[in-house]
Amino acid sequence: MSDVAENWRRGLVRWFRSRGLALCILVSAGLFCLGPVLWQAVTSIKTDADLVRLPPIVPERVTTAHYERVLFQSSLVQSLMNSVLVAVSATTVAIVVGGLCAFTLARLPIAGKPLMLGLVLATSMFPPIAVISPLYLLMRGLGLRDTLIAVGLTHAVYALPLAIWILTSFFRQLPGELYYAARVDGCTPLRALMSVFLPIARPGLAVAALLVFIFSWNEFMFALTLTASDATRTAPVAVALFPGLYEIPWGDIAAASLVVTLPVAGLAALFQRHIVAGLTAGSVKG
Amino acid sequence: MTERPSIGVRHPTGGIRLSERTWGYLLASPAFLLVGLVAVAPIAAALWLSLHHRLPVFGVDEFVGPWNYIQLWGDDRFWAACRTTLYFTTLSVSAELLLGFGLALLLDGLTSGVGGSPRWAQVMIVVPWAIPTVVSAQIWAWLYQPDYGLLNYLLHQARLIAQPIDWLANPDWTIHAAIVMDVWKTAPFAALLLLAGLKTVPRDLYAAARVDGAGAWQQFRHITLPLLMPVVVIVLVFRTMDAVRVFDAVYVLTGGGPGNSTETLSIYAYKTLFQTLQFGYGSTLATAMFVIVAALSSLYLLLLRRHLQEGA
Repeated sequence: MSDVAENWRRGLVRWFRSRGLALCILVSAGLFCLGPVLWQAVTSIKTDADLVRLPPIVPERVTTAHYERVLFQSSLVQSLMNSVLVAVSATTVAIVVGGLCAFTLARLPIAGKPLMLGLVLATSMFPPIAVISPLYLLMRGLGLRDTLIAVGLTHAVYALPLAIWILTSFFRQLPGELYYAARVDGCTPLRALMSVFLPIARPGLAVAALLVFIFSWNEFMFALTLTASDATRTAPVAVALFPGLYEIPWGDIAAASLVVTLPVAGLAALFQRHIVAGLTAGSVKG
Repeated sequence: MTERPSIGVRHPTGGIRLSERTWGYLLASPAFLLVGLVAVAPIAAALWLSLHHRLPVFGVDEFVGPWNYIQLWGDDRFWAACRTTLYFTTLSVSAELLLGFGLALLLDGLTSGVGGSPRWAQVMIVVPWAIPTVVSAQIWAWLYQPDYGLLNYLLHQARLIAQPIDWLANPDWTIHAAIVMDVWKTAPFAALLLLAGLKTVPRDLYAAARVDGAGAWQQFRHITLPLLMPVVVIVLVFRTMDAVRVFDAVYVLTGGGPGNSTETLSIYAYKTLFQTLQFGYGSTLATAMFVIVAALSSLYLLLLRRHLQEGA
């Protein structure tokens, strides 16, 4: 009997040493990663009275008042729609223009490829602040200040390096024979790209599009500078400038934060594997 | 006779015949046109603006040559912003790298043991990465709130502090509060890349090392670390560039305050440009920032190239 107990105890200790410790660390890691977000979720359903007292950590009463306020009585919905428009158009432009360029860099015999890739990489390292004042003056000169076009175009250009980088490494992995076969059959390079490469390059395009979309959805400095009214503000700008009449409306901010985060967090969670593949494209041999 | 279809292929159908090379320039040109218009030209324009004394509000616009740069040299606030940026970058990047490595090793150990990869564990670290930076700043601003913030409450419950700390009002705390937020937001990114790197390390190497009697630390030191060096360098490069350019995270959390204690280079330049509307001097600050980042990136590109060549 005691032998059984002893075995049990030993087994438990062994299990705890091998798994339990890791599990403990993992739970703390999980709390570290998700805790702040969970707290924001809890905050968003607290009543105004509960917001200004702690404990309790878990509120006894919950309310949807904050969500109602940000969705029906603020310009957040407008900002969300602006963000969708900007992110979708920036993604489209970046993928089309970047895809053509990546295809060239991967397959066509042009001079100065390393220089071009270097330039692409250099652009991605630009500090946005270094271009913001002339860009602001340029957009104002073109009459595009405070328009979604200005924000979308800027996002597209600053996402181009990312798109080109990912797509170039992706196009390089596709078999070159397919391309040559299409060329021998009389396709132009553009047609070969459209009818032969695009169908099999869909996963790569999807990854690039996903990353560009997330970048554009989250971008703040350009959106803040190039917009000036509720009609054109994107979602992150709306969250940053959330209006408070007398005091900071923490509950409303929490609700707005979650609403704005949901699309990108959802995309990231769903396509997490692809995102990692995209981020590591060319940098980690798989 | 087979013809290499590379240059000047004959079209059976006729039409305009373009060589492969011409096609290449044609297809790549929209990208370079856009980058030129919206990225390269503004850099040149910023340089030009930086040689001016320009205050649109007062209708002032005069060429002053290098005067702004002379002013920059004597500008204490600029040097303070440099120090703040350096401090922020050094601390946050090293913490991110260490923490990211820890997380990656943890998740790797978890996945290699059981077989099935725990999706939820990877989702868990991808969430902070995907969250808009502005949102993460708001999340942490609420956690740091002195009276009802969770952080003070937990620290008080754990009897680590007697009085609530006003994290965002005390200059000694604020920069560290910003660093903690940045580490939370970006350590997962480091972990993701490092985890992908760890997956490429052949497991046989560890088995062989164990047979030879190598302990966990020795395995890490002599197998994991050298093989992962290229990824570490890449994480270091990306994270450093981002930390040096940091704007939205700190701007939304602290606005550069209290005083100017958390004012990074980007925030100082932004305030000069769009709050005091000094387009000339603001562009000088922005150009200085560009030069610093350009110097850093060329240094890093050299490093990166060496490591990528070794890795290839």
